[in-house]
Amino acid sequence: MRNSLFKIGVLALALLLPAASRAEASTGAAPDAARQAVLVNMVREDCGSCHGLTLKGGLGPALLPDALKGKDAASLQLTILYGRAGTPMPPWNRFLSDTEASWIVEKLLQGFPDAH
Amino acid sequence: MRINSLLLSILLLSGCSSTALRGTGDLGVVIERANGKVQIVETSVRSVLGEVAELGDLSHATVEFSRDERYAYVFGRDGGLTKVDLLTRSIVKRVIQSGNSIGGAISSDGKLIAAANYTPGGVKFFRSDTLEQVADIPAIGADGKQSKVVGLVDAPGNRFVYSLYDGGEIWTVDMQDTAHPVISKFSGIGKEPYDGVLTPNSRYYIAGLFGEDGLALLDLWHPEKGVKRILGNYGKGEQKLPVFKMPHLEGWGFYEHYAFVPGVGRHEVVIIDMDSWTAAGAIPVASQPVFVVGQPGSSHIWVNFAFPDNGVVQVIDAAERKIIKTLQPGNAVLHMEFTPRGENVWISARDSDKLVVYDSATFATVQELPSAKPSGIFFTPRAHRIGW
Ligand code: HEC
Repeated sequence: MRNSLFKIGVLALALLLPAASRAEASTGAAPDAARQAVLVNMVREDCGSCHGLTLKGGLGPALLPDALKGKDAASLQLTILYGRAGTPMPPWNRFLSDTEASWIVEKLLQGFPDAH
Repeated sequence: MRINSLLLSILLLSGCSSTALRGTGDLGVVIERANGKVQIVETSVRSVLGEVAELGDLSHATVEFSRDERYAYVFGRDGGLTKVDLLTRSIVKRVIQSGNSIGGAISSDGKLIAAANYTPGGVKFFRSDTLEQVADIPAIGADGKQSKVVGLVDAPGNRFVYSLYDGGEIWTVDMQDTAHPVISKFSGIGKEPYDGVLTPNSRYYIAGLFGEDGLALLDLWHPEKGVKRILGNYGKGEQKLPVFKMPHLEGWGFYEHYAFVPGVGRHEVVIIDMDSWTAAGAIPVASQPVFVVGQPGSSHIWVNFAFPDNGVVQVIDAAERKIIKTLQPGNAVLHMEFTPRGENVWISARDSDKLVVYDSATFATVQELPSAKPSGIFFTPRAHRIGW
Protein backbone atom coordinates (compact mmCIF):
# COMPACT_ATOMS: atom_id res chain seq x y z
CA MET A 1 0.00 0.00 0.00
CA ARG A 2 2.59 2.41 1.16
CA ASN A 3 4.88 1.25 -1.53
CA SER A 4 2.40 1.85 -4.31
CA LEU A 5 1.47 5.25 -2.94
CA PHE A 6 5.13 6.12 -2.97
CA LYS A 7 5.40 4.93 -6.54
CA ILE A 8 2.46 7.05 -7.58
CA GLY A 9 4.04 10.02 -5.86
CA VAL A 10 7.30 9.50 -7.71
CA LEU A 11 5.47 9.08 -10.99
CA ALA A 12 3.47 12.23 -10.43
CA LEU A 13 6.64 14.08 -9.57
CA ALA A 14 8.39 12.80 -12.65
CA LEU A 15 5.47 13.90 -14.78
CA LEU A 16 4.92 17.23 -13.12
CA LEU A 17 8.39 18.53 -12.43
CA PRO A 18 9.81 18.67 -15.91
CA ALA A 19 6.63 20.13 -17.35
CA ALA A 20 6.52 22.84 -14.73
CA SER A 21 10.13 23.89 -15.14
CA ARG A 22 10.07 23.86 -18.90
CA ALA A 23 8.09 26.98 -19.53
CA GLU A 24 9.54 27.84 -22.94
CA ALA A 25 10.30 24.37 -24.26
CA SER A 26 7.92 23.14 -26.92
CA THR A 27 5.43 20.46 -25.95
CA GLY A 28 4.23 17.81 -28.36
CA ALA A 29 5.32 18.95 -31.79
CA ALA A 30 8.71 18.20 -33.32
CA PRO A 31 11.12 21.14 -33.08
CA ASP A 32 10.82 23.63 -35.95
CA ALA A 33 13.81 24.60 -38.10
CA ALA A 34 14.89 27.50 -35.89
CA ARG A 35 14.70 25.40 -32.74
CA GLN A 36 16.54 22.56 -34.50
CA ALA A 37 19.42 24.92 -35.21
CA VAL A 38 19.54 25.86 -31.52
CA LEU A 39 19.50 22.19 -30.53
CA VAL A 40 22.26 21.29 -32.98
CA ASN A 41 24.44 24.08 -31.60
CA MET A 42 23.65 23.01 -28.05
CA VAL A 43 24.53 19.36 -28.66
CA ARG A 44 27.74 20.16 -30.54
CA GLU A 45 28.90 22.85 -28.13
CA ASP A 46 27.41 22.25 -24.69
CA CYS A 47 27.09 18.46 -24.79
CA GLY A 48 30.35 18.60 -26.72
CA SER A 49 32.19 19.97 -23.67
CA CYS A 50 31.98 16.44 -22.28
CA HIS A 51 31.24 14.29 -25.34
CA GLY A 52 33.51 16.18 -27.77
CA LEU A 53 32.54 18.62 -30.50
CA THR A 54 32.59 15.74 -32.97
CA LEU A 55 30.81 13.55 -30.38
CA LYS A 56 33.71 11.12 -30.51
CA GLY A 57 33.79 11.12 -26.73
CA GLY A 58 35.69 12.93 -24.02
CA LEU A 59 34.93 12.69 -20.36
CA GLY A 60 31.59 11.28 -21.47
CA PRO A 61 31.33 8.37 -23.95
CA ALA A 62 31.11 8.71 -27.73
CA LEU A 63 27.63 9.56 -29.04
CA LEU A 64 28.28 8.45 -32.61
CA PRO A 65 25.89 6.04 -34.37
CA ASP A 66 28.37 3.16 -34.03
CA ALA A 67 28.74 3.69 -30.30
CA LEU A 68 24.99 3.96 -29.73
CA LYS A 69 24.01 1.15 -32.11
CA GLY A 70 21.61 -1.29 -30.48
CA LYS A 71 20.92 0.94 -27.50
CA ASP A 72 17.33 1.58 -26.58
CA ALA A 73 16.22 5.00 -27.85
CA ALA A 74 13.76 5.49 -25.00
CA SER A 75 16.39 4.90 -22.36
CA LEU A 76 18.85 7.23 -24.11
CA GLN A 77 16.11 9.85 -24.09
CA LEU A 78 15.65 9.33 -20.35
CA THR A 79 19.40 9.64 -19.82
CA ILE A 80 19.34 13.00 -21.59
CA LEU A 81 16.31 14.27 -19.70
CA TYR A 82 17.16 13.02 -16.24
CA GLY A 83 20.93 12.45 -16.36
CA ARG A 84 22.65 9.51 -14.70
CA ALA A 85 22.98 9.78 -10.96
CA GLY A 86 26.45 9.07 -9.68
CA THR A 87 28.06 10.10 -12.97
CA PRO A 88 28.80 13.57 -14.39
CA MET A 89 25.92 13.21 -16.91
CA PRO A 90 23.52 15.98 -15.78
CA PRO A 91 19.74 16.18 -16.34
CA TRP A 92 18.69 18.44 -19.22
CA ASN A 93 14.93 18.46 -18.65
CA ARG A 94 15.07 22.11 -17.60
CA PHE A 95 16.13 22.97 -21.13
CA LEU A 96 14.69 20.22 -23.33
CA SER A 97 11.18 18.87 -23.80
CA ASP A 98 10.55 15.13 -24.16
CA THR A 99 10.07 15.55 -27.92
CA GLU A 100 13.26 17.55 -28.24
CA ALA A 101 15.22 14.91 -26.35
CA SER A 102 13.80 12.20 -28.56
CA TRP A 103 14.60 14.28 -31.67
CA ILE A 104 18.20 14.53 -30.41
CA VAL A 105 18.36 10.75 -29.84
CA GLU A 106 16.95 10.10 -33.33
CA LYS A 107 19.59 12.39 -34.87
CA LEU A 108 22.38 10.90 -32.75
CA LEU A 109 21.44 7.42 -33.92
CA GLN A 110 21.46 8.56 -37.56
CA GLY A 111 24.61 10.66 -37.30
CA PHE A 112 24.28 14.11 -35.81
CA PRO A 113 23.99 17.07 -38.23
CA ASP A 114 26.72 19.74 -38.38
CA ALA A 115 26.26 23.20 -36.98
CA HIS A 116 26.13 24.87 -40.38
CA MET B 1 81.50 51.25 -47.94
CA ARG B 2 80.70 49.95 -44.48
CA ILE B 3 77.41 51.77 -44.52
CA ASN B 4 76.63 50.19 -47.84
CA SER B 5 77.16 46.68 -46.61
CA LEU B 6 75.11 47.42 -43.51
CA LEU B 7 72.33 48.68 -45.70
CA LEU B 8 72.63 45.65 -47.87
CA SER B 9 72.38 43.27 -44.97
CA ILE B 10 69.34 45.10 -43.63
CA LEU B 11 67.76 44.79 -47.05
CA LEU B 12 68.60 41.12 -47.19
CA LEU B 13 67.26 40.51 -43.73
CA SER B 14 63.97 42.22 -44.35
CA GLY B 15 63.78 40.57 -47.73
CA CYS B 16 63.81 37.02 -46.41
CA SER B 17 60.87 37.48 -44.09
CA SER B 18 57.56 38.99 -45.01
CA THR B 19 57.24 40.73 -41.65
CA ALA B 20 59.53 43.05 -39.74
CA LEU B 21 61.53 41.68 -36.85
CA ARG B 22 59.46 41.48 -33.70
CA GLY B 23 59.46 39.82 -30.31
CA THR B 24 56.89 37.28 -29.19
CA GLY B 25 56.31 38.28 -25.57
CA ASP B 26 53.02 40.00 -26.37
CA LEU B 27 51.66 37.28 -28.64
CA GLY B 28 48.91 34.80 -27.99
CA VAL B 29 46.89 31.99 -29.51
CA VAL B 30 43.11 31.86 -29.59
CA ILE B 31 41.38 28.58 -30.37
CA GLU B 32 38.59 28.90 -32.92
CA ARG B 33 37.05 25.61 -32.05
CA ALA B 34 34.48 25.25 -34.78
CA ASN B 35 36.77 25.42 -37.78
CA GLY B 36 40.03 23.89 -36.62
CA LYS B 37 41.91 27.17 -36.74
CA VAL B 38 43.86 29.26 -34.27
CA GLN B 39 44.17 33.01 -34.36
CA ILE B 40 47.51 34.58 -33.57
CA VAL B 41 46.87 37.75 -31.58
CA GLU B 42 49.02 40.44 -30.00
CA THR B 43 48.18 42.24 -26.78
CA SER B 44 50.04 45.55 -27.22
CA VAL B 45 47.85 47.15 -29.88
CA ARG B 46 45.30 44.35 -29.35
CA SER B 47 44.78 42.90 -32.78
CA VAL B 48 44.55 39.65 -34.69
CA LEU B 49 47.75 39.15 -36.68
CA GLY B 50 46.57 36.16 -38.63
CA GLU B 51 45.33 32.59 -38.56
CA VAL B 52 46.74 29.11 -38.80
CA ALA B 53 44.39 26.46 -40.18
CA GLU B 54 44.16 22.67 -40.47
CA LEU B 55 44.61 21.89 -36.79
CA GLY B 56 41.82 19.30 -36.57
CA ASP B 57 39.18 18.98 -33.83
CA LEU B 58 39.91 21.77 -31.40
CA SER B 59 37.13 21.28 -28.88
CA HIS B 60 38.73 21.54 -25.47
CA ALA B 61 42.11 22.34 -27.01
CA THR B 62 44.99 23.63 -24.92
CA VAL B 63 48.27 25.30 -25.77
CA GLU B 64 51.79 25.25 -24.35
CA PHE B 65 54.67 27.50 -25.43
CA SER B 66 58.33 26.86 -26.09
CA ARG B 67 60.67 28.55 -23.64
CA ASP B 68 61.74 31.05 -26.31
CA GLU B 69 58.06 31.91 -26.78
CA ARG B 70 58.32 31.41 -30.50
CA TYR B 71 56.40 28.17 -30.87
CA ALA B 72 52.96 27.13 -29.68
CA TYR B 73 52.13 23.47 -29.13
CA VAL B 74 48.43 22.95 -29.71
CA PHE B 75 46.78 19.85 -28.22
CA GLY B 76 43.52 18.95 -29.97
CA ARG B 77 40.68 16.67 -29.01
CA ASP B 78 41.41 14.39 -31.92
CA GLY B 79 44.81 13.56 -30.42
CA GLY B 80 46.59 15.96 -32.76
CA LEU B 81 49.69 17.71 -31.45
CA THR B 82 50.70 20.63 -33.64
CA LYS B 83 53.76 22.84 -33.38
CA VAL B 84 52.94 26.29 -34.69
CA ASP B 85 55.47 29.03 -35.46
CA LEU B 86 53.96 32.24 -34.09
CA LEU B 87 56.16 34.47 -36.23
CA THR B 88 55.65 32.88 -39.62
CA ARG B 89 52.17 31.77 -38.56
CA SER B 90 52.57 28.34 -40.03
CA ILE B 91 52.59 24.71 -38.95
CA VAL B 92 56.09 23.41 -38.28
CA LYS B 93 55.04 19.86 -37.54
CA ARG B 94 51.88 17.96 -36.76
CA VAL B 95 51.47 14.45 -35.35
CA ILE B 96 48.39 12.49 -34.40
CA GLN B 97 49.54 11.07 -31.11
CA SER B 98 46.39 9.42 -29.73
CA GLY B 99 42.69 9.02 -30.32
CA ASN B 100 41.50 11.60 -27.85
CA SER B 101 43.61 14.10 -25.98
CA ILE B 102 42.84 16.46 -23.15
CA GLY B 103 45.87 18.55 -22.35
CA GLY B 104 49.57 19.01 -22.28
CA ALA B 105 52.58 20.33 -20.45
CA ILE B 106 56.16 21.28 -21.21
CA SER B 107 59.16 20.23 -19.10
CA SER B 108 61.19 22.67 -16.99
CA ASP B 109 64.09 22.47 -19.45
CA GLY B 110 61.74 23.00 -22.38
CA LYS B 111 62.91 19.85 -24.16
CA LEU B 112 59.91 17.62 -23.56
CA ILE B 113 56.25 17.94 -24.40
CA ALA B 114 53.82 15.74 -22.49
CA ALA B 115 50.35 14.99 -23.81
CA ALA B 116 47.58 13.67 -21.56
CA ASN B 117 45.14 11.36 -23.28
CA TYR B 118 41.67 9.97 -22.73
CA THR B 119 41.76 7.16 -25.28
CA PRO B 120 43.88 5.25 -24.91
CA GLY B 121 44.37 6.70 -21.45
CA GLY B 122 47.93 7.67 -20.62
CA VAL B 123 50.65 10.22 -21.14
CA LYS B 124 53.01 10.40 -24.10
CA PHE B 125 56.22 12.38 -24.21
CA PHE B 126 57.73 14.05 -27.26
CA ARG B 127 60.86 15.99 -28.08
CA SER B 128 59.80 19.61 -28.31
CA ASP B 129 61.98 20.28 -31.34
CA THR B 130 60.99 17.37 -33.60
CA LEU B 131 57.83 16.02 -31.90
CA GLU B 132 59.46 12.61 -32.01
CA GLN B 133 57.95 10.36 -29.33
CA VAL B 134 60.35 9.46 -26.51
CA ALA B 135 58.11 7.70 -24.00
CA ASP B 136 54.59 6.35 -23.59
CA ILE B 137 53.18 5.67 -20.14
CA PRO B 138 49.74 4.02 -20.24
CA ALA B 139 47.59 4.98 -17.26
CA ILE B 140 46.79 1.54 -15.94
CA GLY B 141 45.49 1.96 -12.42
CA ALA B 142 45.73 -0.35 -9.42
CA ASP B 143 42.40 -1.79 -10.61
CA GLY B 144 44.15 -3.04 -13.75
CA LYS B 145 42.08 -0.80 -16.01
CA GLN B 146 43.25 1.93 -18.36
CA SER B 147 42.11 5.34 -17.21
CA LYS B 148 41.55 8.76 -18.72
CA VAL B 149 44.27 11.19 -17.68
CA VAL B 150 43.39 14.66 -16.37
CA GLY B 151 45.11 17.52 -14.58
CA LEU B 152 48.55 17.13 -16.17
CA VAL B 153 51.04 19.76 -14.97
CA ASP B 154 54.80 20.17 -15.15
CA ALA B 155 56.74 20.39 -11.91
CA PRO B 156 60.34 21.52 -11.31
CA GLY B 157 63.11 19.09 -12.23
CA ASN B 158 61.55 17.77 -15.43
CA ARG B 159 58.79 16.12 -13.48
CA PHE B 160 55.16 15.84 -14.43
CA VAL B 161 52.14 15.22 -12.24
CA TYR B 162 48.69 14.05 -13.32
CA SER B 163 45.55 12.27 -12.18
CA LEU B 164 43.70 9.16 -13.33
CA TYR B 165 40.02 10.05 -13.70
CA ASP B 166 38.60 6.53 -13.72
CA GLY B 167 41.17 4.97 -11.42
CA GLY B 168 41.25 7.71 -8.77
CA GLU B 169 45.04 8.01 -8.62
CA ILE B 170 47.77 10.64 -8.78
CA TRP B 171 51.01 9.82 -10.58
CA THR B 172 54.27 11.70 -10.65
CA VAL B 173 56.78 11.02 -13.42
CA ASP B 174 60.39 12.08 -13.24
CA MET B 175 61.68 12.49 -16.81
CA GLN B 176 65.23 13.53 -15.94
CA ASP B 177 66.39 10.46 -17.85
CA THR B 178 63.92 10.11 -20.70
CA ALA B 179 64.91 6.50 -21.31
CA HIS B 180 64.08 5.59 -17.73
CA PRO B 181 61.06 7.50 -16.45
CA VAL B 182 60.63 7.16 -12.68
CA ILE B 183 56.95 6.80 -11.86
CA SER B 184 55.40 7.14 -8.40
CA LYS B 185 51.77 6.17 -8.00
CA PHE B 186 49.31 7.21 -5.32
CA SER B 187 46.08 5.24 -5.40
CA GLY B 188 42.79 5.63 -3.59
CA ILE B 189 43.00 9.42 -3.70
CA GLY B 190 39.22 9.79 -4.21
CA LYS B 191 36.57 9.26 -6.85
CA GLU B 192 36.84 10.89 -10.27
CA PRO B 193 39.53 13.54 -10.02
CA TYR B 194 38.52 15.97 -12.79
CA ASP B 195 41.48 18.37 -12.89
CA GLY B 196 44.65 19.23 -11.04
CA VAL B 197 46.71 22.29 -10.27
CA LEU B 198 50.07 23.25 -8.81
CA THR B 199 50.14 25.92 -6.09
CA PRO B 200 52.13 29.05 -6.99
CA ASN B 201 55.12 27.87 -4.92
CA SER B 202 55.14 24.63 -6.97
CA ARG B 203 55.03 22.59 -3.79
CA TYR B 204 51.52 21.16 -3.70
CA TYR B 205 49.58 19.36 -6.40
CA ILE B 206 45.88 19.44 -5.81
CA ALA B 207 43.30 17.38 -7.66
CA GLY B 208 39.63 18.35 -7.54
CA LEU B 209 37.23 15.44 -7.08
CA PHE B 210 33.96 15.12 -8.92
CA GLY B 211 32.70 11.80 -7.56
CA GLU B 212 33.00 12.73 -3.90
CA ASP B 213 33.52 15.72 -1.64
CA GLY B 214 36.82 17.46 -1.21
CA LEU B 215 40.17 17.60 -2.96
CA ALA B 216 43.30 15.43 -2.95
CA LEU B 217 46.57 17.06 -1.89
CA LEU B 218 50.08 15.86 -2.65
CA ASP B 219 53.12 17.58 -1.14
CA LEU B 220 55.74 17.27 -3.88
CA TRP B 221 58.49 18.07 -1.39
CA HIS B 222 57.34 15.19 0.80
CA PRO B 223 55.77 12.61 -1.47
CA GLU B 224 56.54 9.95 1.13
CA LYS B 225 53.73 11.41 3.22
CA GLY B 226 51.28 10.35 0.56
CA VAL B 227 48.09 11.98 -0.68
CA LYS B 228 45.88 13.65 1.88
CA ARG B 229 42.18 14.43 1.48
CA ILE B 230 41.25 18.00 2.24
CA LEU B 231 37.80 19.52 2.70
CA GLY B 232 36.42 15.96 2.71
CA ASN B 233 33.53 17.00 4.92
CA TYR B 234 32.80 20.19 3.05
CA GLY B 235 29.07 20.44 2.40
CA LYS B 236 28.53 16.81 3.33
CA GLY B 237 24.96 15.66 3.09
CA GLU B 238 23.90 18.67 1.06
CA GLN B 239 22.18 18.08 -2.26
CA LYS B 240 24.55 18.86 -5.13
CA LEU B 241 23.29 20.81 -8.10
CA PRO B 242 23.75 19.39 -11.60
CA VAL B 243 27.01 20.38 -13.29
CA PHE B 244 26.48 21.26 -16.95
CA LYS B 245 30.16 21.83 -17.57
CA MET B 246 33.15 20.51 -15.70
CA PRO B 247 35.00 23.13 -13.69
CA HIS B 248 38.70 23.76 -14.30
CA LEU B 249 41.40 24.27 -11.75
CA GLU B 250 44.05 25.85 -13.94
CA GLY B 251 44.72 29.45 -13.04
CA TRP B 252 42.63 29.40 -9.89
CA GLY B 253 42.83 32.36 -7.58
CA PHE B 254 45.35 32.66 -4.81
CA TYR B 255 45.27 35.51 -2.33
CA GLU B 256 47.54 35.66 0.71
CA HIS B 257 47.43 32.12 2.06
CA TYR B 258 44.01 31.43 0.65
CA ALA B 259 43.10 29.55 -2.49
CA PHE B 260 39.81 30.16 -4.27
CA VAL B 261 38.40 27.14 -6.08
CA PRO B 262 35.20 26.36 -7.96
CA GLY B 263 32.60 24.57 -5.84
CA VAL B 264 31.47 21.37 -7.55
CA GLY B 265 27.70 21.14 -7.84
CA ARG B 266 27.45 24.34 -5.82
CA HIS B 267 27.02 27.90 -6.90
CA GLU B 268 29.93 29.16 -4.90
CA VAL B 269 33.64 29.78 -4.90
CA VAL B 270 35.15 27.86 -2.01
CA ILE B 271 38.01 29.36 -0.01
CA ILE B 272 40.78 27.09 1.24
CA ASP B 273 43.25 28.09 3.97
CA MET B 274 46.56 26.81 2.63
CA ASP B 275 48.24 26.86 6.06
CA SER B 276 45.81 24.43 7.64
CA TRP B 277 44.32 23.04 4.41
CA THR B 278 40.82 23.52 5.75
CA ALA B 279 37.75 25.30 4.39
CA ALA B 280 37.83 28.99 5.21
CA GLY B 281 34.51 30.13 3.81
CA ALA B 282 32.70 30.43 0.51
CA ILE B 283 31.40 33.19 -1.73
CA PRO B 284 27.99 32.68 -3.33
CA VAL B 285 28.16 33.36 -7.07
CA ALA B 286 25.82 33.38 -10.09
CA SER B 287 26.08 29.71 -10.99
CA GLN B 288 28.46 26.71 -11.23
CA PRO B 289 31.93 28.28 -11.58
CA VAL B 290 34.16 26.97 -14.38
CA PHE B 291 37.32 29.09 -14.18
CA VAL B 292 38.30 31.00 -11.05
CA VAL B 293 41.27 33.12 -12.11
CA GLY B 294 43.32 35.54 -10.08
CA GLN B 295 44.20 38.86 -11.70
CA PRO B 296 47.98 39.36 -11.57
CA GLY B 297 49.02 42.00 -9.06
CA SER B 298 45.57 42.39 -7.57
CA SER B 299 43.15 40.96 -5.03
CA HIS B 300 40.58 40.51 -7.79
CA ILE B 301 39.46 37.08 -8.92
CA TRP B 302 37.44 36.60 -12.07
CA VAL B 303 34.89 33.80 -12.41
CA ASN B 304 32.98 32.44 -15.38
CA PHE B 305 30.17 29.90 -15.32
CA ALA B 306 28.72 26.72 -16.76
CA PHE B 307 25.72 26.48 -19.07
CA PRO B 308 23.10 28.01 -18.85
CA ASP B 309 24.62 30.98 -17.01
CA ASN B 310 27.64 31.25 -19.25
CA GLY B 311 26.91 34.78 -20.43
CA VAL B 312 28.08 36.22 -17.13
CA VAL B 313 31.47 36.94 -15.58
CA GLN B 314 31.77 37.96 -11.94
CA VAL B 315 34.69 39.68 -10.26
CA ILE B 316 35.37 38.92 -6.60
CA ASP B 317 37.52 41.00 -4.29
CA ALA B 318 39.40 38.32 -2.40
CA ALA B 319 40.24 40.62 0.49
CA GLU B 320 36.62 41.58 1.04
CA ARG B 321 35.28 38.23 -0.07
CA LYS B 322 32.47 39.70 -2.09
CA ILE B 323 31.41 40.23 -5.67
CA ILE B 324 32.33 43.70 -6.82
CA LYS B 325 31.28 43.50 -10.46
CA THR B 326 29.08 41.43 -12.76
CA LEU B 327 29.84 41.66 -16.48
CA GLN B 328 28.08 40.34 -19.56
CA PRO B 329 30.75 40.01 -22.23
CA GLY B 330 28.60 37.96 -24.64
CA ASN B 331 27.05 34.54 -25.09
CA ALA B 332 28.82 31.42 -23.88
CA VAL B 333 31.91 32.81 -22.20
CA LEU B 334 34.46 30.01 -22.22
CA HIS B 335 37.78 31.41 -21.12
CA MET B 336 39.59 34.39 -19.59
CA GLU B 337 43.27 35.20 -20.00
CA PHE B 338 45.12 38.07 -18.38
CA THR B 339 47.97 39.96 -19.93
CA PRO B 340 50.99 39.20 -17.72
CA ARG B 341 50.75 42.41 -15.69
CA GLY B 342 47.00 42.08 -15.36
CA GLU B 343 45.96 45.40 -16.90
CA ASN B 344 43.75 43.69 -19.45
CA VAL B 345 41.77 40.49 -19.52
CA TRP B 346 40.76 38.84 -22.77
CA ILE B 347 37.48 36.94 -22.71
CA SER B 348 36.12 34.56 -25.34
CA ALA B 349 32.38 34.63 -26.01
CA ARG B 350 31.81 31.55 -28.14
CA ASP B 351 28.22 32.07 -29.26
CA SER B 352 28.79 35.77 -29.93
CA ASP B 353 31.79 34.90 -32.12
CA LYS B 354 33.98 37.50 -30.50
CA LEU B 355 36.79 38.26 -28.10
CA VAL B 356 36.20 41.03 -25.60
CA VAL B 357 39.11 42.80 -23.94
CA TYR B 358 38.48 44.58 -20.66
CA ASP B 359 40.48 47.17 -18.80
CA SER B 360 40.66 45.35 -15.48
CA ALA B 361 40.85 48.58 -13.46
CA THR B 362 37.77 50.28 -14.90
CA PHE B 363 35.90 47.23 -16.26
CA ALA B 364 35.49 49.16 -19.51
CA THR B 365 35.58 47.26 -22.79
CA VAL B 366 38.69 48.42 -24.60
CA GLN B 367 38.47 46.16 -27.63
CA GLU B 368 36.27 43.64 -29.37
CA LEU B 369 37.68 41.33 -32.01
CA PRO B 370 35.81 38.92 -34.28
CA SER B 371 36.60 35.25 -33.71
CA ALA B 372 34.80 32.11 -34.96
CA LYS B 373 33.49 30.24 -31.91
CA PRO B 374 36.48 31.13 -29.75
CA SER B 375 37.31 28.97 -26.74
CA GLY B 376 40.74 28.97 -25.06
CA ILE B 377 42.98 32.06 -25.07
CA PHE B 378 46.67 31.54 -24.32
CA PHE B 379 49.39 34.19 -24.05
CA THR B 380 53.07 33.40 -24.51
CA PRO B 381 54.22 34.39 -20.96
CA ARG B 382 52.73 31.04 -19.90
CA ALA B 383 56.03 29.67 -21.23
CA HIS B 384 57.71 30.81 -18.03
CA ARG B 385 55.16 29.74 -15.50
CA ILE B 386 55.64 26.49 -13.62
CA GLY B 387 52.68 24.16 -13.71
CA TRP B 388 50.69 25.99 -16.41
C1 HEC C 1 29.37 17.39 -17.61
C2 HEC C 1 29.62 16.39 -18.61
C3 HEC C 1 28.50 16.00 -19.57
C4 HEC C 1 27.71 16.83 -20.31
C5 HEC C 1 27.77 18.34 -20.41
C6 HEC C 1 26.83 15.96 -21.07
N1 HEC C 1 27.09 14.65 -20.79
FE1 HEC C 1 26.12 13.05 -21.55
N2 HEC C 1 27.24 11.80 -20.40
C7 HEC C 1 28.28 12.20 -19.59
C8 HEC C 1 28.86 11.04 -18.97
C9 HEC C 1 30.04 11.02 -18.02
C10 HEC C 1 28.13 9.91 -19.43
C11 HEC C 1 28.35 8.45 -19.07
C12 HEC C 1 27.51 8.12 -17.87
C13 HEC C 1 27.75 6.71 -17.40
O1 HEC C 1 28.87 6.46 -16.95
O2 HEC C 1 26.83 5.90 -17.51
C14 HEC C 1 27.11 10.44 -20.34
C15 HEC C 1 26.20 9.66 -21.01
C16 HEC C 1 25.33 10.12 -22.00
C17 HEC C 1 24.48 9.28 -22.81
C18 HEC C 1 24.35 7.77 -22.71
C19 HEC C 1 25.33 7.16 -23.64
C20 HEC C 1 25.31 5.66 -23.62
O3 HEC C 1 26.09 5.09 -24.39
O4 HEC C 1 24.56 5.07 -22.85
C21 HEC C 1 23.81 10.10 -23.68
C22 HEC C 1 22.81 9.70 -24.76
C23 HEC C 1 24.25 11.44 -23.40
N3 HEC C 1 25.17 11.42 -22.39
C24 HEC C 1 23.82 12.56 -24.09
C25 HEC C 1 24.15 13.85 -23.75
C26 HEC C 1 23.55 15.02 -24.35
C27 HEC C 1 22.54 14.99 -25.49
C28 HEC C 1 24.09 16.09 -23.72
C29 HEC C 1 23.75 17.56 -23.93
C30 HEC C 1 22.35 17.93 -23.95
C31 HEC C 1 25.06 15.61 -22.75
N4 HEC C 1 25.05 14.25 -22.79
C32 HEC C 1 25.86 16.43 -21.96
C33 HEC C 1 28.70 13.50 -19.36
C34 HEC C 1 28.10 14.63 -19.87
